[in-house]
Parts: sequence; structure tokens; C-alpha cells
Amino acid sequence: MMSKLTNETVLTRLQDKFGDAILKYEEPYGFLTIEVPAEKTHNLISWLKTDEVLKMSFLTLLGAVHYPNDKGREICVNYHIHSFIHNVRLRIRAFLPIENPAIQSITDIYMGANWLERETYDFFGVIFEGHPNLTRILNEDSMDYFPMRKQYHLEDATREDKDDRYFGR
Amino acid sequence: MSDTPENKSLFADETIDGQIATLNLGPTHPATHGIFQNVLTVDGEKILGSVQTVGYIHRAFEKLAERRPYNQITPITDRLNYCSSPINNMGWEMTMEKLIGIEVPKRVNYMRVIIMELARIADHLVCNSVIGVDTGALTGFTYMFQEREKIYELYEEVCGARLTTNMGRIGGFERDFSPTFHKKLQVFLKEFPKRFQEFDDLLLRNRIFMDRTIGTGPISAERAMDYGFTGPNLRAAGVDYDVRAMNPYASYEDFDFIIPVGTQGDTYDRFCVRQEEIRQSLRIIEQAYKNLPEGKHFSPDVPEFYLPRKEDVYTKMEALIYHFKIVMGETPVPVGEVYHSVEGGNGELGFHLISDGGRTPYRLQFRRPCFIYYQAYPEMITGQTISDAVLTMSSMNVIAGELDA
Repeated sequence: MMSKLTNETVLTRLQDKFGDAILKYEEPYGFLTIEVPAEKTHNLISWLKTDEVLKMSFLTLLGAVHYPNDKGREICVNYHIHSFIHNVRLRIRAFLPIENPAIQSITDIYMGANWLERETYDFFGVIFEGHPNLTRILNEDSMDYFPMRKQYHLEDATREDKDDRYFGR
Repeated sequence: MSDTPENKSLFADETIDGQIATLNLGPTHPATHGIFQNVLTVDGEKILGSVQTVGYIHRAFEKLAERRPYNQITPITDRLNYCSSPINNMGWEMTMEKLIGIEVPKRVNYMRVIIMELARIADHLVCNSVIGVDTGALTGFTYMFQEREKIYELYEEVCGARLTTNMGRIGGFERDFSPTFHKKLQVFLKEFPKRFQEFDDLLLRNRIFMDRTIGTGPISAERAMDYGFTGPNLRAAGVDYDVRAMNPYASYEDFDFIIPVGTQGDTYDRFCVRQEEIRQSLRIIEQAYKNLPEGKHFSPDVPEFYLPRKEDVYTKMEALIYHFKIVMGETPVPVGEVYHSVEGGNGELGFHLISDGGRTPYRLQFRRPCFIYYQAYPEMITGQTISDAVLTMSSMNVIAGELDA
């Protein structure tokens, strides 16, 4: 019986292997979250899949968040990796500038990343370099903006009867 | 199974003779249960490749969620996998409870388990009986839809709705199980197993059905994991991953149930896994119902999230204030990032919620299991016949609402 893998042991192993590339870590609600430079994500995810100790070989989720006020790191890309053997989850995040939101595709590591990356491109405009077919997936092809970015409001911005100030935001 | 010797006889000529045709399967087609477009390249009956188009019923749920107060997001989740809406509803409520840090009474958990397992039965009944329809056996379908109707009547007793249930609240249930619910559930538990056994007898060892489904649309465990499969489809391929057992929520650790797994990952295994899961769900419901704890059907500690009784709203100042705050979305929530997942009808349904403390989520991403595993469809049907492709799709339980968000 293997000893149980905890967030601490995962983090220690990652820090031993990648050192300074682990820019930041936190544990919101027990979910180990690390921040790495965008160029390191591919290596890290690829290594996690084959690592004998961690065995993190399942991609649960891939998505992005837009933080318009965080200059130079407006787009945050999240990867949720899960180890079925140890039942430990890891969230990897990388920040990208809005001018050039490019990151290496992980479709060569996980087939399942294909549509998730296309969806993230579709809604946030993240360019996944090396993706075999980076086109829109849920929105129509002729759309010329990335609708999940925060500058696009859900409702008509000229409406005055629904002022956000009256709703606490 | 493209070129195995026993399969070779299916095709008159294995070589491509230059007469390759393009065939549109969908977007609307009676054999695809929803809006799915697949442009097939076929050589006679044999599929050489497929290009999928998704997004025909995209409704921008994630964008909508960024504008809606937390309690108004539950109806959005109804429309993901609409064959088992209560699981989605309660998954979302549990996500919010995790963010806020609410402990709900044991009774709420058991009530949730009963409803979620009923929803799983309804979901699997639809999927498995439709596999029957696509193989030409309509009878089982008509009988199983009667049973599904009874589950919908049970939903109706709890929340008043049938398909898009919007069931439960953050912190519990809107009302306790009614006496009619108890009566109907007892009848269901007594009568359903017999009817289900009849359905099982019709198909499970039926020679025609077996010939039709064994080896149809197979996927290996490695490929399935690579594609991000979860739920019955992954288990049919032989990986025993089930969120209920791996990361128990809503007191699932209290119940005794097994996780059925298949070996081949083909249509027959997917069918078998779902059949057994229905039995296990029944077992869970029986255990939960027998041991249903006494207590409240909601958490009394969170008046700022759980709508007060209408009688109180009209007569008590405090209740009126809370009612107003909840309806207008004025309740402050903690800043935080939370991921919560439940075992949905067709896989791990996850909610990745980022809250900035405002009245609506800053970002909410749904992990929609069938959006992720439907990617493998072209690989699974390549080398098969067109009728196998139809069967593979129905056995994967791809739900358009969940696929397109």
C-alpha cells in the first residue's frame, strides 16, 4: 500500500523538480493551485502524466478567466489535472497578456484538450500554439470578438433602467 | 474493430474503389436524439471518417451566469443534462454551500441522495431504452418511459416541475417530502424492480441485441482516459472512476453500493454498466429511504441564503428583509475559488466557480462531461457502418443541452 499523497508531498515534489518555475501556490478549499510561467505549462503537464510518483494522468478541465485590470496578465488559463490513483487534484494556472494571449497547446498530451482549447479560444481568444484545428466551436464562425471577455456586457450597455450601481456591482 | 477477421465479411469489398461519398448525418435527423451534425465520409456502408459540428443550441450559460445572482443560476443548470436535472441543480447548490461553508442537516443529504439517484435511474432508462430503439426494439422503450413518468411524478411532488426542475435551494429543500411523495416512492420501489427486470430480460441476453451491440463503437481504457471520458462510458471501458466513491458528497459514504465496470468499452458494455447502475441506484435509494434521518429539510443557519417561508415574509420584518435580499441578490458571499463535482448522469459534472464577493459569480465554468467525451466519436465510429454510428451515439448518452451549454 502506497503512502497517501497529500497536497504537501505533491508540492514538494513539484518544487524539487521545477524549482523556481512554481511562482506561487495556494490551497483554496483544499484544491492545490500553482502558478507557473506560460512557457512551462506544457512541460509540467507532460511530466505529470508520466511521473511514477504522482501519476496525474487525467485532464479534468481546461478554461480561462479574464481579469481586465491585471495589466500584462489579463488572461488566466486554468488546467485541472487529476490523479485517479492517488485521488489528488492539481490546478495549474498561467497568466497571459491580452495583446498576445498565446500558450502551447497540450493536445499532444491529452486528446481531450482539443475541444476544451477550441472553446477557450472561442470565448477568450487564447491562442493555443500547435493545436491541430484552432477554430471556433460553439459560436458561429463569422463572429469577430471573444464574448467571454469582460468588456462585452451581456445586456445592451445603453440601457439605463438597469444600472449596475443599484445591484451592488 | 475495423479489420478484424470476423468482421471482414460484413463488407463486400475492403478496398476503397474511389467511390467515396459524403453523407450528412444531422444536424437534424430522426436517428440522432438532438441537434448533432456529423459529416461522414463513407465508402458504401463503411465510415472512413467524420467531421463534427457542435454548438447549434449554444445558449451562453457561462456568460449568463456572470450576470445572475447565485440562486438564479440553478435554472441554468437544469438545461445542461436535462435528462437528470436534479443532479445538476444539487451539484450547483453543493458548490455554493462549499463556497459559503454551510453544513446541511443529514436529512437534507439523504433527501438529496434519494432524488439524485432517482434522476440517475431516469437518465439511464432513457439512454438504455433508446439503445433498444436504435437496434429496432421499441417495446422496452415504451415500457421504461412509463417508469420514467413515475420518477417525474415524484419530482413533481417535491418541486412542482418535471423536466427542468430547479429543485432544492442553497441550504436544503424548499419543502419536505410530502405524504404523497412517500406513498408514491414506496410504490415505485416495490414495483419498479419487477418491470425493470422485464426490460432487462428483453435485451440483455437477447442474441440479436448482443450481435448488434458487441464490438460496436469500442474504445480502450487508455484512449478513454486520454479523451477525458467519465461516468458510465469510462467505466464501460474498465476504469472504476466514480465521483460518488472517490470524493463522496451528500453523505454517499454512508451507503453500500458497487461500481460496475465493463471491459471492452463498446455499446454492449455501456448498456450493461448502465443497467447495473440502475440496480445500484435503487439499492442506494432503499438504504437512504430506510434510514432517512429526522430533522429539518433545510439548514436553519443560513437565513441569508435560504428563502424564508412565505407566511413569515408577510408577517415578520426579518423574514421580509432576507426575502428581499435573496431575491435581489444582495447577500454578500465570500471571495474565493472553488471546484466541486458530482457524478452526473453521464459523467463528472464539475463547477469551477470564482467569486469576487459580488452578487454574481466572477466566472463560472461547467465541466460538461459529454462535451469532453463526444470528441472521441469520430474515432469510435471509423471503420464501422452507418447504423453502428447511430447506435454508438445513443449509447454514449450525448445530451445536446449539455454539449452546447
